[in-house]
Amino acid sequence: MPAVPVKASAETVVEGDDLVVTLGGAWRITGPLPAWRQMLGERSPRAVRIRTAGLERWDSSLVRFVFEVQDWCRNAKAPCDATALPETVRHLVGQLEQAQDKRLSADHSRNFFAELGLAATDLVRQTRQFADFVGECTLSAIGLIRNPGRFRWRDCLSEMQQCGAMAVPIVSLSSFLVGLTLAYTGAIILRQFGGDIWVADIVGLSTLREMGAVMTGVVLAGRTGAAFAAQLGNMKAGEEIDALETLGIAPVDFLVLPRIVALTLMTPLLAMYANCLGIFGGMVVSASVLQIPPNAYWIETQANIGLSDVSVSLIKSLVFGMLIAVAGCLRGLQAERSAAGVGRAATSAVVTSILLLIVADAVFAVLFNVLGI
Amino acid sequence: MSAATDKETETSAPGAPPPAVGVEDLECRYGETIVLSGVSFSVREGELFFVIGGSGCGKTTLLRHLIGLMKPAHGIVRYFGENFTNEDLETRRDLLKTFGVLYQNAALWSSMTLGENVALPLEQYTALNRREREEIVSLKLAQVGLAGYEDFFPSELSGGMRKRAGLARALALDPRIVFFDEPSAGLDPVTSRKLDELVLQIRETLGTTMIIVSHELASIFAIADRVIMLDHDARGIIAEGRPRDLAAASDDPRVREFLTRGEEKA
Repeated sequence: MPAVPVKASAETVVEGDDLVVTLGGAWRITGPLPAWRQMLGERSPRAVRIRTAGLERWDSSLVRFVFEVQDWCRNAKAPCDATALPETVRHLVGQLEQAQDKRLSADHSRNFFAELGLAATDLVRQTRQFADFVGECTLSAIGLIRNPGRFRWRDCLSEMQQCGAMAVPIVSLSSFLVGLTLAYTGAIILRQFGGDIWVADIVGLSTLREMGAVMTGVVLAGRTGAAFAAQLGNMKAGEEIDALETLGIAPVDFLVLPRIVALTLMTPLLAMYANCLGIFGGMVVSASVLQIPPNAYWIETQANIGLSDVSVSLIKSLVFGMLIAVAGCLRGLQAERSAAGVGRAATSAVVTSILLLIVADAVFAVLFNVLGI
Repeated sequence: MSAATDKETETSAPGAPPPAVGVEDLECRYGETIVLSGVSFSVREGELFFVIGGSGCGKTTLLRHLIGLMKPAHGIVRYFGENFTNEDLETRRDLLKTFGVLYQNAALWSSMTLGENVALPLEQYTALNRREREEIVSLKLAQVGLAGYEDFFPSELSGGMRKRAGLARALALDPRIVFFDEPSAGLDPVTSRKLDELVLQIRETLGTTMIIVSHELASIFAIADRVIMLDHDARGIIAEGRPRDLAAASDDPRVREFLTRGEEKA
C-alpha cells in the first residue's frame, strides 16, 4: 500500500488555442476530486487534450471526470483528444456514453381513472374472496362436526394457550385501566349531583355491554390477528401451504379451523376476565378518590347489572373472536410471497379485524335495542 | 488509510505489499459450537479466490466473519495489512469501504429502484452531486450489462438480473475486494456462466480481488485462480491450491471426491 496516497489531481495548461488537461495522483471515488467546471472557469478553448502524468490508481471517478470533459467538448463543438488515457479508461468512458442514451422507461405512474377502476375491481375481488373463504370455513366446520376425530386438537390447544393464556397480562392491564378511566370520567358529572355511588352503575354497565368485549377484541386483533396473518403469510412464502395442497390437505382444515376455534373459544373467556378487572378498576377509584366503600360499590353493581348484560358481553366477544381469526387467517393466506408481503398481511389483518369489530359492534347495538335486551 | 508496518502480516516478505486479505488463526463459533478453528490463509491483490466445501462446512460462516457480520471467537482478519477485527468502530468503518459484498439473494432493497440501490453507498460515502452520482450509477449498471435499468424495481427483474444488479451495488464505491456468497445459487447454467464471465471481465478492467464462496464445480474450474477447501469434520481448511491440481493430485480423498463429484472411482 502506498505510504501516503497522492490526491487526485487535474492541471490545466493553455497551449495556443488548446487546453491541455494533465491527470495524475490516486483517483478514489470516496476521496477529494477535482471539478471540471471550476478548472475551466470562463475559458472556452478550441480543443482539449487529456494527458496523464503520475496516474497511480484510478476508479469510476476518473471515468466520470473524463466523461464530463468529453461531454462539455461535444456541446462546445471542440475536439477532445483522450488517446493518451489507458485503454480500459477509454473503454469504460465509452460504456458510460452508451448507457446515457439507453434509459429504459419503467412507468410506475397510473392515471386517476385507471387507479379508480383498479380499486373498484379490487374491492369486488376482495369481497368475493372473503365470501369464498367464509364458505370454505363453514364447510370445514361442518366436516369437523361430522368427523371430530380428524380435527387438529393438538394445534388447537396450543393456539388456545397462545391466544388465550398468553394474552392475560395485556388484557388485564388494558381492561383495569379502562375501568379506572370510566370511573374517573363518570365521577366528574355524578359528583355535581351528589350521586357518587352511581359510578358503580356506569362502570358496570359500560364495561359489560361495551368496553370489556371491545377492548379485548382490539387487543386480540393487534396481538393474535396479526400473528395469524404473519404465520400463515410466512408459510405461504415458504411454499408450506403449497405443500399441503399438493398432498390433498385443505389449508383451511389444517391451519385455519384450529385457529378460528381457538380464538372463538378464548375471546369470551378473556372478555369475562376483562369485565371483572374493569369493574375492579372502577372499585379502586371509588374507594380511593370517592370514598365509597368497596362493599357498597359491589352491592350497587350487583343491583344494576343482570344476566342479560353478561350474555350481551358473551355473545359479542364470541363473534369478535371469530371475526378476528377469520380476518387474520384470510389476510395470511392472501399474502404475497415475500418478506414485505408478510408485513403487509399483518398490517392488513389488524386493520380488517378492527374494522369488522366496529361494524359488528354497531350492528349489535341496533339489534339489542330492537330486541330490548 | 494509514500504513503501519507493525500491523503487516508476518507471512508477507519484507518490502512486499501486504496481501489483500490476511486471515490468521481464525476461530468461528455459534455459542459453544465450534464451526471452524485454526483457519489461516491470505489472498493476493487481484486474485480470484474460491472458498469451497460441502454443505454445512462453514463456508458462509467464514464469509460472515471476514466481512464483519460476526465477530470471531479468536484470530484476526486483515485487509491490506490493516487489522479489521480488533480495531475501533471508526477504522472498521473506513475498511468497510475497501470491500463490497454480493449476497446470496442479491439483497437489493426492495422498496428502492436499481438506481437508488446503487446510489445509496455513493450518497453515504462520497461528495458527488446528484448528476455525478447518476452518471456513476449508469456506468455501474452498464458494467454489469443492465444499462438503462435505473428506474426498475428489483421485483421487476429476473433472478440473474437481480444478481447482476447486486454486483453493481457491490461495485458502487469501486472496492478493491468483492465478496460473493454462492453467486450461482438459483441461476441456470447459462446465466451462471455469464456471471462468471462478468466476474472475470471486472477483474480485468478494475483489478478487483474476488473472493467467492461456492460449491459450483463448473465455476470453480472455469475461473478460480486458487481455492481453499473447508471440511465439516476437520472444522478447517483441508486443502489449498489450484483446483485442477487438487482434483488430479490431492493426497486427501475427500478433496478429490468433492472436485470430481465422487465419480473418480467409476
